[in-house]
Amino acid sequence: MLDFIIYLVIGIIFVVGSFAAAYFFSPHHPTDKKLATYECGEDPIKGSWIQYNVRYYLLGLAFVIFDVEAIFLLPCVLVMKSLGLIAFIELAIFIFILVLGLAYAWRKGALEWI
Amino acid sequence: MIIGLIILLLKIAAVLVFISLTVLFLVYAERKVSAHFQVRYGPMRVGWHGGLQMIADTIKLLLKEDITPKDVDKLVFFIAPILCFVSAYLAYLTLPFSPQIVVKNLNIGLLYILGVTSLTVLSLMMAGWASNNKYALLGGFRSVAQIISYEIPLVLSVLPVVMMAGSLNLITIVEAQKSLPFILVQPLGFLLYLTAAAAEANRAPFDIPEAEQELVAGYNVEYSGIKFSMFFLAEYVNMFTICALAAILFLGGWQGPILPPVIWFLIKVYLLVFVLMWVRWTFPRLRIDQLMSFCWKILLPLALANFLISGLWLVLK
Repeated sequence: MLDFIIYLVIGIIFVVGSFAAAYFFSPHHPTDKKLATYECGEDPIKGSWIQYNVRYYLLGLAFVIFDVEAIFLLPCVLVMKSLGLIAFIELAIFIFILVLGLAYAWRKGALEWI
Repeated sequence: MIIGLIILLLKIAAVLVFISLTVLFLVYAERKVSAHFQVRYGPMRVGWHGGLQMIADTIKLLLKEDITPKDVDKLVFFIAPILCFVSAYLAYLTLPFSPQIVVKNLNIGLLYILGVTSLTVLSLMMAGWASNNKYALLGGFRSVAQIISYEIPLVLSVLPVVMMAGSLNLITIVEAQKSLPFILVQPLGFLLYLTAAAAEANRAPFDIPEAEQELVAGYNVEYSGIKFSMFFLAEYVNMFTICALAAILFLGGWQGPILPPVIWFLIKVYLLVFVLMWVRWTFPRLRIDQLMSFCWKILLPLALANFLISGLWLVLK
């Protein structure tokens, strides 16, 4: 754990250090036009912090379900060799239930992108 | 204690140097490969066949003005490139180049790498949101949708390998392939992994988050100078990581006759990198609806089927 923290901190120092080096070497001549939001030369109309499409929420929901499935599968898969056929059948039932969920989402059109 | 700390620091320094050099080489290789695919020369002016071009580009990026637009969320705008690079760099804590050349041999190495590399998605979302730019926001949304979707086939295609090796330790997984690399028993798993991983790393034909023609670069449109180069660096580091992981999981890692292990490992990784470049310069970009249905309706059922069939084969054997 300590090794990980040292590794992480040095990584952050590396990035911040290169920012500092670039700050030291690079020019700074800010102008109003330069600091404006870039939209291919047009003046931006309003900000862009808006409500997002509900599609992304559905996708996030499906992702959570299947990612948790993968996490549940991992420990089971690790010892699969010694557990044998019974464990595999239980695993197959677990996956079958999730596939039913996928089929339901598919049928309901949650996977369509419009 | 002190000696251990010094060795650790030296290893970390080696990782950072290796990452920087690899990225320089990969960017040069990408430009050369793409050029030759399109029957042109690519960089030729700086050094022999443009060999020093990347060093010139690095110096240029360091000397460019770093602009923070006035409408952005300053804190998040600053943190995003740091997180992006650090999440790519964290994977090298446990990525083994040979049984000896590894910073720290974790027993959950595979899970750790899959976990830290998917932190990238947070940084892309932060960059897209903080920029307060419509193109960047769309790019951020798209990259989140794409990366979290392709995460699932990626993990599922790796499960049969874990099952056969009986371990999440990357060195043990390579040693389990002494007689036969897993690609020969898991050809479909390998293809699924490579496809999903290319999408995870935003490589074309799955590069809609930064589609230049419609989003003018996506989430990093407002970034310039050194902050932009951190995103750029992380992208190529991720490309090396996914290829290294593919070599470890499916191609038998550093095992091979005559040549030393590290050389074998690098040969396999760079071969895979070349394949990814080849794919990038051969296929056109997918549309977002095609991309999503390809993941959820083709890759995911295939990955589940592959997992179940190899599981059944393993327990009955």
